[in-house]
Amino acid sequence: MDIRFSGFGGQGIIKSGMLIGKAASLFDNKFATLTQSFGPEARGGACSAQVVIDENAVLYPYIIAPEILVSMSQEAYEKFIGDPVKGSIVLTDTDLVKPKKIRKDIKMYSIPATRIAEEMGNRIFANVVMVGFFTAITNVVSLEAMKKALPGSVPERFLATNIEALEKGYEYGKNLTKK
Amino acid sequence: MKADPIGVATGNHFIDGDHACGEGAIAAGCRFLAGYPITPSTEVAERIAERFPKVGGMFIQMEDEIASMAAIIGAAWGGPKVMTVTSGPGFSLMMENIGLAVMLETPCVVVNVQRGGPSTGLPPLTAQADMMQARWGSHGDYEIIALCPNSPQECFDLTITAFNLAETWRVPVMFMMDECVGHMTEKVVIPEADQIEIVPRNFYKGKKEDYRPFNFSGSGEIAPMIKAGEGYNIHITGLTHDERGYPALDAEAQDKNVRHLVDKILKNEEKIRLLEEDQIDDAEVIVISYGITSRVSQKAVQDARAAGIKVGTIRLIVVWPFPEKLIRKLASKVKAFIVPEINLGQISLEVERYAAGKAITIHVPHAGGWVHDPNDILKAIKKGVK
Repeated sequence: MDIRFSGFGGQGIIKSGMLIGKAASLFDNKFATLTQSFGPEARGGACSAQVVIDENAVLYPYIIAPEILVSMSQEAYEKFIGDPVKGSIVLTDTDLVKPKKIRKDIKMYSIPATRIAEEMGNRIFANVVMVGFFTAITNVVSLEAMKKALPGSVPERFLATNIEALEKGYEYGKNLTKK
Repeated sequence: MKADPIGVATGNHFIDGDHACGEGAIAAGCRFLAGYPITPSTEVAERIAERFPKVGGMFIQMEDEIASMAAIIGAAWGGPKVMTVTSGPGFSLMMENIGLAVMLETPCVVVNVQRGGPSTGLPPLTAQADMMQARWGSHGDYEIIALCPNSPQECFDLTITAFNLAETWRVPVMFMMDECVGHMTEKVVIPEADQIEIVPRNFYKGKKEDYRPFNFSGSGEIAPMIKAGEGYNIHITGLTHDERGYPALDAEAQDKNVRHLVDKILKNEEKIRLLEEDQIDDAEVIVISYGITSRVSQKAVQDARAAGIKVGTIRLIVVWPFPEKLIRKLASKVKAFIVPEINLGQISLEVERYAAGKAITIHVPHAGGWVHDPNDILKAIKKGVK
């Protein structure tokens, strides 16, 4: 499964990819390879993290056409929406991405991740809300594995809040797919 | 000897190749690092700088890479295992002192996380174009050892191997990562310390007045070392020298000294050799690759085999010394060698040289900045079997 997480620098995009790769490879017993964009585009502009998750060892490390795209900014959405293959899943932040271009061959889901995080007290948790949403919608990694991936990857004093953010995103996703 | 548990971060980690290299160095017993930050290698030094205070190591951020290389040579003669970390431009600056390390037979590891060049080139993007520089970037006749990892796990495992080889042969070992492997994050399993085999420094134990820092007898033995400051009255110099280390400036001394530097590596190529072979027994063509390119070419190999082509693979883990005898032997059995690499022709020319016209060599070049399209390698395989 080829996954691209995208947004602007500072949103925790790379961290999101790291959490997903860590969950899949350390706790779900799969193979995962994370690569990230380096350079000027990682500072404020559109930035992205690429994760390849597979049952077998990953040979080709990069992603050309993802099967899952997550966009947490308008700029990242516009930049990357052309890439996903037909039938892909695309996840966006409801308030930060207003799709001008709609692709009919992909499945779109959105969550007000940043708003939910702000209601929790700080928008810094928005990426983890999105990771929870991703977990619910895509079934690529298990919720259990995602929870295990958080310790050591977020500051200890914010661990409980991060788990809460993950669960909120996950519940939002499960409720959305029930309907 | 087993690794010291204090330096071994046992467990399952999701870290990139740079961090894994740093952990490998600490596990191998490295306790002195001198370096100057440069993309894409900085994270190796960052990891070690953070971890060293807890294991009793010393990291110095030097004024440049010339000084970094000089510092690790000096430190090694004080006793500890040493390393420096850099990328292309810094590697160029280190060349003069790498020659000094070779001449003084100083065990050390030089990490080069390769990026596109020449000059400042492509700082954040990958290449494998420093392979020839690793071999002979300094002046004069000499041989070194160079390794190429293809995953973060190997950045850990093979950094330990690099230290072990450096100590065994008293030679600088070039740890030739590439940006892709360095910045790629994957699962890295760090075993328990008692599962990690370490080659300790071979310190001299005899009478002080009998000590010789070098052994040019041709016996194949490598002289033990001492710790500077422990009362040995020795001399070491970059000048051509005798076994006592004193300058000996004539053709006879030059022959002994330089032949020793070259022979201790080339005559032991099969002992130092580290490679993976797959399905070469009935192969019509063999893909030879190293580093990240070995993974990308595996995809092409899978497709070729699915199409019924008899294709074998050799993945070079130790690239220098080059497995000359193996290539000579295989050249009379196969139609072609396919050599993809992220440069415009370096290791492929070595393969061609030892194939000596018995098999054709098809180079699949890439100028850097990205990895190969596996289809380009597949096309070359198809061309090779025709």
